[in-house]
Amino acid sequence: MYKHDYPGRLIIVEGIDGSGKSTQLQLLYKYLAARNYTVSLSEWNSSPLVKSTTSLGKKKKFLTPTTFSLIHATDFADRLVNHIIPLLKAGVVVLADRYTFTAFARDTARGVHPLWVRNLYSFAPMPDIAFYFRVPLEVSIDRILTGRTKLKYYEAGMDLGLSRDPEESFKLFQERILKAYDGMTEEFGFTVMDGTLPIEEQQEKMREIVDRELEGFKGLRRPVREVAVR
Amino acid sequence: MKQPAFYGVGLPYRSIGELNGKLFVVEGPDRVGRSTQLNLLADWLESEGHATSNTGFRRSQLTQDGLDQAKQGHTLAKNTLSLFYATDFADRLENQIIPALRAGFYVLSDRYMYSIFARDRVRGIDPEWLRQVYGFALVPDLVLYLRVEVEDLVPRVISGGGFDYWESGMDLGLADNLFDSFCIYQKRIIRELDQMAEEYGFVTVDASRSIQAVFEDLKKEILKVI
Repeated sequence: MYKHDYPGRLIIVEGIDGSGKSTQLQLLYKYLAARNYTVSLSEWNSSPLVKSTTSLGKKKKFLTPTTFSLIHATDFADRLVNHIIPLLKAGVVVLADRYTFTAFARDTARGVHPLWVRNLYSFAPMPDIAFYFRVPLEVSIDRILTGRTKLKYYEAGMDLGLSRDPEESFKLFQERILKAYDGMTEEFGFTVMDGTLPIEEQQEKMREIVDRELEGFKGLRRPVREVAVR
Repeated sequence: MKQPAFYGVGLPYRSIGELNGKLFVVEGPDRVGRSTQLNLLADWLESEGHATSNTGFRRSQLTQDGLDQAKQGHTLAKNTLSLFYATDFADRLENQIIPALRAGFYVLSDRYMYSIFARDRVRGIDPEWLRQVYGFALVPDLVLYLRVEVEDLVPRVISGGGFDYWESGMDLGLADNLFDSFCIYQKRIIRELDQMAEEYGFVTVDASRSIQAVFEDLKKEILKVI
């Protein structure tokens, strides 16, 4: 990945399922919008072409670790070019729920080579802040498995043949992903957040860190809206 | 029998075992006559008692629909399309080529990663990135490169249904008409393939000659390997 010098800022959150990262990012979005930043919560809308291929592969269980990795990289490249990069060039604060690190963690947990998958995503800009919401495995598993009907095949890592029981497989798979995240913390300079703290406390800390990053940041001005006079 | 060799990291999560078959690749620009030669080779090898299996771009069950649509004008950015092709390639490698090789088939591949490198490099994609992405690719037993000049291709295009948008590289905006664009684009593709011929050890065959003469040369090269 490369260090960007776009006028915008890229802030991303990472963590295993059930780490609370999406909740925190939503709250951060509200905060920045209220403070008059032009901010975009990156919605992961895939291009329909890639999306139908991914769904087909998942439904038919066609995907191997390599093709799983490649099809998700295809999808990511599409979103990057059509969504994230234009916004960063325009000076927007872009918030992304998951980024390349999800692929690094998940794909290496599936057994692809760590350097191979890093090279695959070398066309992506490094984020300005990468928050890693860290929770112990038991906490995340508990959050995910309560009130959830059924784990999907690839989501549970069933393709790895770790266990025939989806819940057991999911746990073993998440354990590998968690290890991979921990291993990347130093490599990519993650800002580690304790995901077991109360939501408010985490959010306060997150806002402090973001405030510091955005000190002196101009960004894109808000559009002038004239009030209609009757 | 032999252990598989890969161009890079390979497929570290699975053991491939020994490959009893052989992987033959026929490379060359559009309209050079690859499919004609591949059909002749398959007939010949089968008449000699060898089982063959054929493969080529956009034939993966996984990506076929998506790539066909992409070709019909649903444009994807260059990186995206490149990765989509890599997905197609990897899917065919793992689900078709490797199983056939293990079963002792002679796999005849209509182009390989080299053509993708050529089309991507012409579009400005970083060659080193591509090389590493395709680190999962198996090293073929033989790459036969059908070499021609653009001048030899033009008559074949005219008699074979005319110029095609993609074969002319019209997406690159090189010229305002198919003829000029085809010549510029295919010249660049041939230049890239020429460079790779040395780098990857292709066996270059002069394909400006008759179908029979080219076929005899290809047979000779294959006999050296089997």
